[in-house]
Amino acid sequence: MQIDIKTNNVRPIRQTFAHVARRLGTDKPASRYQEATLDLQAETNFHYRPLWDPDHELFDPARTAIRMQDWYAFKDPRQYYYGTWTIARARQQDSMERNFSFVEKRALLDNLSAAWRDRVAGVMIPLRHVEYAANLNNTFITAYGYGTAFTQTTSFAAMDHLGIAQYLSRIGLLLDGNSGEALDAAKQAWMADPAWQPLRELVEEMLTIRDWFELYVAQSYALDGLLYPLIYQRFDNALSASGGSAVAMLTEFMVDWFAENCRCVDAFLKTAASESDANRKQLSHWARNWSARAAKALKPVADKALGEDAVAVMAELQTELQTRGARQCGLEI
Amino acid sequence: MAAKRMSLRDKYNRMTRDLAWDFSYQDPKKIFEQADFEGIKIEDWDKWEDPFRLTMDAYWKYQGEKERKLYAIIDAFAQNNGQLNITDARYVNAIKLFLTGVSPLEYMAHRGFAMIGRQLPGVGPQVACQMQSLDELRHVQTQIHTISHYNKYFNGFQDFRHMHDRVWYLSVPKSFFDDAASAGPFEFITAISFSFEYVLTNLLFMPFMSGAAYNGDMATVTFGFSAQSDEARHMTLGLEVVKFMLEQHPDNLPIVQRWIDKWFWRGYRLLTLVGMMMDYMLPKRVMSWKEAWEMYFEQNGGALFNDLARYGIRMPKYWEQTVAEKGLISHAAWGTFYNYCHAAPFHTWIPEKDELDWLSEKYPDTFDKFFRPRYEHWAEQEKQGKRFYNPSLPMLCTTCQIPMVFPEASDPTLTSYRSSVHNGERYHFCSDGCKDIFDHEPEKYVQSWLPVHQIFQGNCGGATVPDVLDWYHLRDGIDNREYLASPDRANWERWKAGEEEAAELPKAAAG
Repeated sequence: MQIDIKTNNVRPIRQTFAHVARRLGTDKPASRYQEATLDLQAETNFHYRPLWDPDHELFDPARTAIRMQDWYAFKDPRQYYYGTWTIARARQQDSMERNFSFVEKRALLDNLSAAWRDRVAGVMIPLRHVEYAANLNNTFITAYGYGTAFTQTTSFAAMDHLGIAQYLSRIGLLLDGNSGEALDAAKQAWMADPAWQPLRELVEEMLTIRDWFELYVAQSYALDGLLYPLIYQRFDNALSASGGSAVAMLTEFMVDWFAENCRCVDAFLKTAASESDANRKQLSHWARNWSARAAKALKPVADKALGEDAVAVMAELQTELQTRGARQCGLEI
Repeated sequence: MAAKRMSLRDKYNRMTRDLAWDFSYQDPKKIFEQADFEGIKIEDWDKWEDPFRLTMDAYWKYQGEKERKLYAIIDAFAQNNGQLNITDARYVNAIKLFLTGVSPLEYMAHRGFAMIGRQLPGVGPQVACQMQSLDELRHVQTQIHTISHYNKYFNGFQDFRHMHDRVWYLSVPKSFFDDAASAGPFEFITAISFSFEYVLTNLLFMPFMSGAAYNGDMATVTFGFSAQSDEARHMTLGLEVVKFMLEQHPDNLPIVQRWIDKWFWRGYRLLTLVGMMMDYMLPKRVMSWKEAWEMYFEQNGGALFNDLARYGIRMPKYWEQTVAEKGLISHAAWGTFYNYCHAAPFHTWIPEKDELDWLSEKYPDTFDKFFRPRYEHWAEQEKQGKRFYNPSLPMLCTTCQIPMVFPEASDPTLTSYRSSVHNGERYHFCSDGCKDIFDHEPEKYVQSWLPVHQIFQGNCGGATVPDVLDWYHLRDGIDNREYLASPDRANWERWKAGEEEAAELPKAAAG
């Protein structure tokens, strides 16, 4: 017997929201990323000028020198909205939890020589302060940037950086048996060790950048673009070669995160740069300026991490970043 | 090395609070530029007690789990045409009000909490605010994804973002949040975390979510439940922030009290829309606005303010007024929307007889005396083919932006009017509460984007109602006006009839 369930008359009267359909060109089914993102931020008819910035509207495209016809031209290649982002991170966190307990149970960090242990503590742990600043910078962009397509990605990145600061803290606690000595020593170094001062000075200055797109270039392209390959590729490689491959298990998140985040940063810079020559010039200028400054500030850290290889490695990393900037981001480097 | 055991608190401090350092290359005032201008004095940020100690690993774990479950239910709801299980298509208008009026505020909360998550000095409050900022993004996005399915079957949802920034009554919620976000960080957090989330949020969430449960809307119930554990965190943040400011310096008390007075009134006026929803838009009612106000404000709120008395905080100014008018405001509001729903993207209707009786029973002192005769009169007119739409434009309160329709509590046959003169111009208000707010910051409120003024100034598409509706993207005869004559109702009856036929089919085949 065939049961003919008559559901034909319950047909949708439209496929998606009208503002989404206008952007798709027609009323057709839209993705969750599109419905969760497009036109979400108010753009007009604001009621009051902010007491904290009376020269601008609450959300105002004039808070950056970059100009866009359409701030929803930015497309996150990962298509992250809150749900997909959290679920992806929860999965990574699961795997990190297993890594931490694996390393802890087998006391794998004890396999490191004292010298390499000190080097891990001395190079990696102070970076948790850099990550905290990265969290504040991405939060700044989320707050004062323009268009949900852009600002939701920095909202996620802000929390990713906080997560990374916390993973680094856990590595410190693993090294010092939860006494906190490694964290205290790292903070002391961050505050007073001459090798860390150029980076701290740079990071504090970045916290005062008020053009949010410039801050994005300085943080996500320049500083991240040199720091992550330096620490989580080059330093990790050196460590692994010296019996420290357990550390690589504890930094898996950072490695994966950087590769993933770069896809988004590259896509965004390329979109903004291809919008106009003025944008391209401005972005290229920022990229050159902040990469040079970040490289300079990272040099003493690279010395700590890699010893005599530091000069060559820093030169390579800058070349790699320049290539990335030109090829992936469409900048003139 | 044997690892020492760490307390949760120590661990949290190490993982979060300890990340900050004392800036020495830059003046901290250049990094936290907004910390001082409101006059709030904080002597020691280290005294901040974290209301919840959540690190990112735990945040991802819990939230990821919640999202998986929620989206599984949203998918199932869509697949099973869950919209057909609601009590009646009139109910859908309550969710239209929610998507156009509330969801965009969740987005504003996302951005606002990012602002103060960057501006408040002190890692503890920064991180708490950042997490709330993310949660708020979660709320707006899960609401859109849930309601996306309703949008496919009913009219009035489709241009909610466009409408939120333009349609006359949506300037009530929009101006509320613009007001908070354009203030400084301490006022924002007092406004949203304390006055709204802590004191009043039950009056927003309970009515919508219980209303959804009572009316068979499992999708909305699910995102409501899923958001509840986030809300619990947000509420504790609100209380902690107010206590912290009061403990830090005695000079903070008068500032905080004034903010509580202001934001209680702002929030209360906004809840008028919720009161109207509870009393009129739910085919199956949960409780009356009056009962909800008694339970959630008079009892719970009263206890809260008793607790805060030791800090010198008293009940918000004009709270007595809210009690005096609790039998009036929801009816005044529905009457207004009944009049003006040709310019709103949802439908209105005269309550059916048993519903009028319910209102008479719930509001024995006011409904029969002041409101029921009006509805019976309008119903009579409608029967004669003269469904009433008010062709004029109403005068709006400069502060809350609700039309000036609230009755005087002392004599509900009179409309409450207040006014102030500023720089030679007269500004109008619905209440003493709204007038006080204006009088304290007139430079702010003279900027209000008042929809009726804007229409008269020619900024809303033209001089006629059709021009303005076009500018709103409101399709006359489809998205608006009387429910009985709406395509929503016609579709609903067709679908329900089809369902019955379908249910009968197997029987027929067997016979």
